[in-house]
Amino acid sequence: MESKLKYYLQVADNALILSHRLGEYSSHGPFLEEDLANTNVALDLIGIAESILDETGRQEGLGRTGDDLAYRRNETEFLNCLLVEQPNTDFAFVMVRQFFTDAFHFYFFSELTKSNDAFLSAVGYKSLKEVTYHLRRSSEWMIRLGDGTPEANAKTTHAIQTLWKFSHEFFIENAIDLEMKNAGIGVDLKVVESNWMQKIREIFYMSKLSIPENNYQYSGGKNGVHTENLGYILAEMQYLPSKYPDAVW
Amino acid sequence: MNTIAPAMEELLAAFEEKINAEVKIEPKDWMPEEYRQHLIRQISQHAHSEVIGMQPEGNWISRAPSLRSKKILLAKIQDEGGHGLYLYSAAETLGVSREQFIAWLHEGKAKYSSVFNYPTLNWADVGAIGWLVDGAAITNQVSLQRTSYGPYARAMVRICKEESFHQRQGYEIMWRMMEGTKAQQQMAQDALNRWWWPALMMFGPHDSDSPHSSLAMKWKIKRESNDYLRDKFINKTIPQAELIGLKVPDPNLQLISEGIYKHGDINWDEFWEVVKGNGPCNQQRLEHHIKAHKEGAWVRATALASKSNN
Ligand SMILES: [Fe+2]
Ligand SMILES: [Fe+2]
Repeated sequence: MESKLKYYLQVADNALILSHRLGEYSSHGPFLEEDLANTNVALDLIGIAESILDETGRQEGLGRTGDDLAYRRNETEFLNCLLVEQPNTDFAFVMVRQFFTDAFHFYFFSELTKSNDAFLSAVGYKSLKEVTYHLRRSSEWMIRLGDGTPEANAKTTHAIQTLWKFSHEFFIENAIDLEMKNAGIGVDLKVVESNWMQKIREIFYMSKLSIPENNYQYSGGKNGVHTENLGYILAEMQYLPSKYPDAVW
Repeated sequence: MNTIAPAMEELLAAFEEKINAEVKIEPKDWMPEEYRQHLIRQISQHAHSEVIGMQPEGNWISRAPSLRSKKILLAKIQDEGGHGLYLYSAAETLGVSREQFIAWLHEGKAKYSSVFNYPTLNWADVGAIGWLVDGAAITNQVSLQRTSYGPYARAMVRICKEESFHQRQGYEIMWRMMEGTKAQQQMAQDALNRWWWPALMMFGPHDSDSPHSSLAMKWKIKRESNDYLRDKFINKTIPQAELIGLKVPDPNLQLISEGIYKHGDINWDEFWEVVKGNGPCNQQRLEHHIKAHKEGAWVRATALASKSNN
């Protein structure tokens, strides 16, 4: 697969896998409005993923559809970051994962609008509306969680401590990112990272939360090397297409 | 004491006059206590059904076999939760809080539709639920758009629009599977076999055995009888099954005349067992709701605390 299409998959797979995790959280929310808001974000993200996967299949020209790319790739062919495949441990984990990803999406898609690839630029513009709302929602939740009860602050701090090590993979430039940046197709992740860090600091300050001291960062997802979580996600997600390869649903 | 009784009679007369003239009763209007209690029970049960109903379908979100079907399923489940919200709001106009309704659900004092106590065992169940369960719900809810309590009637108007989408989307899943491989056709038939009777039971006991019907009919909370609605549903649904090659699992089904069917005996023992709590998933559904509610307590607490900080 050519580099540009791998870059498409990096963008699509973050949205696809996070949407899957949010889908798992349906009927697990702390109250009904929030349960529905969560599903709403899942729907936006799967919509973003679908449009990119469809286009990837079209440009690839091998007759693969968006569904083929979602349901018939194996673990090593998924290029999402490790953060989005982390489990729904509790509401604090769900929301910290969301906040980190929303902030990334917001600044990433803002930069992507400048891409010289017409499709990616359009994805940037179209997605920005949705992720702006996502980021507002998760930022407000971070403040409620951090600056509310001591119990909530403790749980959120624990989630941040656990997930921080997966938070910077978004910005760790791999070979595809570098090639795409140089071609004017991809974004400069340094810019995205500095905006992201500023947002995190601002919201953490308002939330009485802090950035962990241990800044060791994991990566690998963008190159197809994942945590154990992804195998289980795909086992479920791809169950029917794998078991009944000839069926059309 | 003597002065109160005539006043009550006058109030009741005025109330029944409104009912007879098809004027909606609104939250601030006087209403008989039995009317209020009936509505509290019925609307909250309806709200709980929407919310508990998210679980059996939610069971297939992570295994939905295509991006499109996953989107449709997520959106449907979101709609159902939205219906729950409208209905809780309508029920709250009767002077009971949502927190109280949920407490009654958890204590087993409030029910939800028994149909959601059945499991979803294959992907076609998602189709069968949309087609049959939403289909049965619409049949009932279309008649409830004319219910006498204003907030409930208005909630029904909004809900019915979405339910008919769900019904078509569910039927489309069944249709696609019947067009598909042998395995898919078997799944579709299996789903129909398991959901047909529970869907018929959704309309409640036969009119002759229905304990709440007569007063509810008189006060126009309920506009059509259980049996009338059930027959309407059957007559509409059987041709849809036949069109795609599915067979309704009723060996005693009779075609009475053009488009009019008579169903075989419904297993009311099963119905009452499920109502009593002995359905395959009663405990699982309720425990899941209680668990999520408990696990969310700290989130609700911090949301309140941070509101009062600002
Ligand atoms: Fe509904
Ligand atoms: Fe529905």
